[in-house]
Amino acid sequence: MAETTANGTPVVELRNMRKSYDVGRPNETEVLHGIDLVLHRGDFCAVMGPSGSGKSTLLNLIGLLDHPTSGSIAISGQETTTLDDAALTRLRGHSIGFVFQYHHLLTAFTALENVMMPMLGDQEFANAAMTERAAALIDTVGLTPWRDRLVGQLSGGQEQRVAVARALAMKPALLLADEPTGNLDTTSADAVFTLLRKVNAEEGTTVLFVTHNPLLAARCDRTIDVVDGRTVSRA
Amino acid sequence: MAVSSGAAPAEPVHVATTVAPQPFARWLPFEWIVAIRFLREGRVQTAFIIGGVALGVAVIVFMSALITGLQSSLIQRVLTGIPHIQLTPRKDIVRALRDTAAGMREGAVMQAPLQRLKGIDQWQSVVAQVGAMPEVVVASPAVAGSAVVIRGDVSRVIGLTGMIPDLYYRVVALPDKIVKGVSRLDGTDIMIGTELAADLGIGVGDKLNVTGTGGATTTLTVTGIFDLGNKYVNQRSTFVALRTAQTLVALPGGVTSIDITVHDVYAADVIAQRIMSSADVQADSWITTNAQFFTAITAQTISMNAIRFFVGLSVAFGIASVLVVSVVQKSREIGILRAMGISRGQVLRVFLLQGVVLGLGGALAGSLLGFVGLTAWMQLTRAADGSSLFTLELSAGLFAWTLGLATLTGLVAAVVPALRAARLDPVVAING
Repeated sequence: MAETTANGTPVVELRNMRKSYDVGRPNETEVLHGIDLVLHRGDFCAVMGPSGSGKSTLLNLIGLLDHPTSGSIAISGQETTTLDDAALTRLRGHSIGFVFQYHHLLTAFTALENVMMPMLGDQEFANAAMTERAAALIDTVGLTPWRDRLVGQLSGGQEQRVAVARALAMKPALLLADEPTGNLDTTSADAVFTLLRKVNAEEGTTVLFVTHNPLLAARCDRTIDVVDGRTVSRA
Repeated sequence: MAVSSGAAPAEPVHVATTVAPQPFARWLPFEWIVAIRFLREGRVQTAFIIGGVALGVAVIVFMSALITGLQSSLIQRVLTGIPHIQLTPRKDIVRALRDTAAGMREGAVMQAPLQRLKGIDQWQSVVAQVGAMPEVVVASPAVAGSAVVIRGDVSRVIGLTGMIPDLYYRVVALPDKIVKGVSRLDGTDIMIGTELAADLGIGVGDKLNVTGTGGATTTLTVTGIFDLGNKYVNQRSTFVALRTAQTLVALPGGVTSIDITVHDVYAADVIAQRIMSSADVQADSWITTNAQFFTAITAQTISMNAIRFFVGLSVAFGIASVLVVSVVQKSREIGILRAMGISRGQVLRVFLLQGVVLGLGGALAGSLLGFVGLTAWMQLTRAADGSSLFTLELSAGLFAWTLGLATLTGLVAAVVPALRAARLDPVVAING
C-alpha cells in the first residue's frame, strides 16, 4: 500500500536523519546513522531489529518526542526540526497517536475517560462530541461493557485496547505502536494486531509497528529492519 | 462489538450510537479534572497532607484569634479609662542666659521651673482644629486639678476632673461604670468612686463640701458612684462639670487638657505628632504614656507572626514533599500525557492546582477545627463570675485571610514540583 495524503504529501518523510547521544562529549554515540524513510497514507509497516538497534529511538523521533541530531523529519509535509516545543506538542497531539508496550493509561480514570483524555486536553471538543467519539472508539475496540471501569480493573489485553482507542481519539494520520503486543498473550496480541489492521484499512491511518514477532511482521504490508542504526527495507 | 478478546473483529470501525454517561464536567478545564483525579487516586496520601495542613491552619486560626482577642481585651481595658491622645500645655522650661560676647553662661546651675497650673492657650480653636481632623472621633476639653472633700470631720484629697459630659463620655465611657445613681453632671453635681463613697460614708443624693486648690469652696451633690476597676482610682477620682472645675481650680474659662479619641488606636502616636506640629500644645498618645504595655503587645504580635511563619513554612514543605513524590509516581503518566499533545503549561497547571486544592482543602478543614477549638476554649475558660475572660476575635476576615494565605502557600509550594513535572522529558518519563 503506497497511497499518499489528499495532496500527495507523505505522512512521514525522514531525510538523512541521525541521532547521537552525549553530543560533544568523549562518549558521544551515534545510534541512528542517516535514516531515510517515507511512509504514505495507509501504509502498515513493521519495524524489526534486535534490542538496542535503535527501533524505539526511531519511533520516538518520528513521534516528535525526541530531536534528531541532524537531518529532517516531516510529518504530513510539515518540517518539524525547526518547530518549537509548543508547536511540536500541537502537531503531535493532532497528527500522531501512540501505543506503547506498556499501556501507560491514567489509572485514576475509567476506560472511557482515558480515551477522552487527548480530546479533553485539546479543548476544541464539545462535551457531547467528545463523549460520543470516545464511546464509539471504546465500542470499536470491543470494551463497551467495561468502559466505565477504572483501567486498573481491566485485563492486560483490554488495557492495551483502551490504549489503541486513546491513540485514535484525535483521528491521527500516523499511529506509532512500540511493541504493543509485547506484554500480551497470543490471543490478546492477535486481537490488538487485528484491531490495528482494521483501523489502518478503514480509516487509512498510517501505522508503524515495532515488533519482535516475525509472524506479526509477516502480516504487515512492509517490514523495515533496523540493524546497527541503519534501516534495511524488505517487501 | 467490534473486537473481543481472542477473536478477530468482524464489524466495521465506524461510530457506535451508544450514548455514554457524561464522565467529566466539561465546564471544568482539563487541568482541574486531572488534578482532582490525581489527588483522589492517592486519597490516603491526600488525606494525610490535608490533615497536616488542617492542623497547621487550625493552630494559626486558634493562636490568631486567641492573641488578637487577648490584645484587644487588654487594650480596651487600658483605653477604657484614658484618652487615646491627651493635649496639655507645653511645660515651662528654663532658658540659660548667655553672654553673647564671651559665649559663656552666666549661671552654671539652672533650677527646673515650677510647673504652675495653666490652661491651653486658645483651647477653643485647638478643639475645633483637632475635631476637624478625619482621624479624630471626638476632642473633649477638660480641667484637671486637686481638691479636698470634707464631710463631717473626715476629709480626703481628690483628683478633680471637670468636663463636658456629652463629649467626655465619648472619650471615657463613664456611664458604663456607674454602679449607683446616674451619670448626670450639672453645675452642682459630682460623681465619685466607690472607695471614696465608702470612706466618706455617703451615697447618691448626699452633699459634699469641696475646696479646690484655687481656694474656692462649693457644695456639690453626689449624682453617681462609679467603679473604674482600680481601688486607687476609685478612691481619688471625681468628676464635675467643666465650669465647676474651672471655678474650683481658679482657671476661669480655661482648660488644662483636651482629651481625644481616634478611630485607629494604633495610629495615635502619628496623629499626636501631627497635632504637635500644628498647634502649640504637648500631645501624648496612649502608646507613649503606656510604652511598656505597648512594647509587650508589639512583642506578642511579633511572636504570633513568627509562629504563623514557621507553621506556614512547615505546611508549605509538607505540600511540596507530597507533590514531589506525586511527580515521581506519575512520571510515566505525565510522559504519555505529553505524548498525547498535552502541553508543558497544562502539566504545570495540573500540579499547581493540586497545591491549591491541598492548601484550600486543608485551610477549610483547619478553619473548622480552629473554630471548634476556639468555641471549646470559650466554654472551658471563664472568670470566677462565669463571664468570658476576654472576647475572642472570630472575624470572617481572619478566616478569609487564613484561607487565602493557605491557598497561596499551597500554590507556592507546588511551584517546584510542577516545574519538575512540566520539564520532564517525555521519552525519559515514558521509559521510566
